[in-house]
Amino acid sequence: MHQPTTEARPSIYYPYQVFAPWLPSAHPPQARQRVVIAGSGPAGMVTALELARHGVPSVVLESELQVSQGSRAIVFTRRSLEILQQVGVAQRMSEQGLPWRFGNSYYRGQRVFRMEAPHDSDDRYFPMLNIQQQYMEEYLIEACAAQPLIDFRWGNKLVQVRQEEGVAHLQIDTPEGPYALDTDWLVAADGGRSEIRTALGLKMEGASYEGFFVIADIRIDLPLPTERLAFFDPDWNPGNTILMHREPHGIWRVDYQLPPGETAEQALRPESLKARIDAQLAMIGHAGTPWEMDWSSVYSARTLTLPDYVHGRVLFTGDAAHLLPIFGVRGANTAFQDAQALGWQLGCVVKGLAGEKLLANYSAERVGAAREIIDEAGKSTRFMTPPSRGFRLLRDAVLSLSLSQGFVRPLYHWRTSRPHEYSGSVLNSPGDDNALFSAGPAHGAPPRNIRLSADDFLLDHLGGGFDLLYFTEAPALPEALQQVVAGARARGVPLKVIAVGAPGPVAGADLSLPDADGHFRQRYGVPASGAAYLLRPDQHVCARWLTLDAHRLQAALNTALPQ
Amino acid sequence: MNPETPAMTSETTPSLPLSGLEDVYDALATAIDQAGPDKAELFLVKLALLNAQQLGSASLVREHIEVALKDL
Repeated sequence: MHQPTTEARPSIYYPYQVFAPWLPSAHPPQARQRVVIAGSGPAGMVTALELARHGVPSVVLESELQVSQGSRAIVFTRRSLEILQQVGVAQRMSEQGLPWRFGNSYYRGQRVFRMEAPHDSDDRYFPMLNIQQQYMEEYLIEACAAQPLIDFRWGNKLVQVRQEEGVAHLQIDTPEGPYALDTDWLVAADGGRSEIRTALGLKMEGASYEGFFVIADIRIDLPLPTERLAFFDPDWNPGNTILMHREPHGIWRVDYQLPPGETAEQALRPESLKARIDAQLAMIGHAGTPWEMDWSSVYSARTLTLPDYVHGRVLFTGDAAHLLPIFGVRGANTAFQDAQALGWQLGCVVKGLAGEKLLANYSAERVGAAREIIDEAGKSTRFMTPPSRGFRLLRDAVLSLSLSQGFVRPLYHWRTSRPHEYSGSVLNSPGDDNALFSAGPAHGAPPRNIRLSADDFLLDHLGGGFDLLYFTEAPALPEALQQVVAGARARGVPLKVIAVGAPGPVAGADLSLPDADGHFRQRYGVPASGAAYLLRPDQHVCARWLTLDAHRLQAALNTALPQ
Repeated sequence: MNPETPAMTSETTPSLPLSGLEDVYDALATAIDQAGPDKAELFLVKLALLNAQQLGSASLVREHIEVALKDL
């Protein structure tokens, strides 16, 4: 019998709420489900919320009775906020979080690199936002609770999966014992230690790095701005790296690398934590400032992915699918992109708008993204925690040179998580004008946000289905295009038409956005009226035309929803 | 500097005259001694990175790495 703790987790700043378990005896016999999601972390909940936007119900299984222990993910990227905006929680994140865009790297007391993340006036969100994962989970749980299509089950632990043709038979344990549940699809969003992955005997590919880091959250009053701090090879921790981030509620995250050979148990002893945190505070000139520990843990960097995220009726997403190093904030930020991708593609398959090929595409696109991240983050990881004598020598040579030689300083910049561009996706329209554009987001790229007025942005109006941006000064959408749009909608394809550039409402468009100064057209590389972009439900571009005609719009829709 | 200047490849005669090579020989030896056994490697890697930056050609550096790895 599964007995999750009913005691609230300890925290000096976060009031944990313990929820009542979902018990099978309190519910009627369980019908077969379309989608069951194992795990209510960022990947699981965003998948459920995206599915619900597409009208697809899901059951979310959470083995615990409360949100996760400790702050875990604390840095969220602009693209993550854009995805969270789609599921309705970005505003609360923004209100509670700390935005930032600068990072500083120090060596021998000298700031040797300053990272400045660009912030464009067309962007609603800052490049980075710091907030503890518990709050993010809390906001997502509330969004799930407000969504009648999501059946959220606390205290439900998936203990067995048996697959047959077209169905997964699940065994779920609860505080009053197990029950059976059948589902068309099981989403494995059960995290880095995924038991589903283990039960299926799936092996991840890639590398594990030996350097261990302690990750500690302390409450302390430091008169420092919200900027990332990185310290290399300090006197108190020779050869190793320390990171610091400000979090809301007076909390600071301190990450420090351990000397080789030290175990997690040794590192997490209170006296060891105290001595090292005191040494770090002394180094930055705040010796003796009082602080209090909230949470600590140990991690090591890994760059691993499953080579395929679809295994029969089981679909992997988030950390269950891949383990990525935290350098460059790759964990939750990648999970949001996975979940958004899975949500719409699974939704279209469940609704019969596309064949199961679309799920193979989900896997291909997201495995590709993971491999790109592994390639990029691997470089950062080899700089932060050199895996061999050679890598350590090179890193140390760069540290030493950086005091006087500017050319090596960009090597300090670990590439930050960014949305993967699905440039080679099979959903991209082969017969469009993608190659003829000289600017604007290309095939597979995420959209470029546009500020429409003081508090009104293009991305506020996108999502939930396909979006056709049609650039026109005419009072109406051409009749032939309207017919293709009507035909797609009649088939159940969610498709919104946004007319850009006309001074007044455009007949046939769901929304008309003027573009008096031509800024929108310029950002999208549109030279003349009649051009268009087709955005997928995750807002990535799948087709763009300098001159759209009905035939090519139909072809692009057919390509984006393979049967 | 053109990164692929023909005069810089190993196919052609080095542009350093013998007297210059002898200068570098002595300077390198002295600097390795000055760095000391603990720091000699670090010093040499720094030097390699500085030279690589000046060469301006990753492929030329890779070529030099291959040559230097021979007959160790």
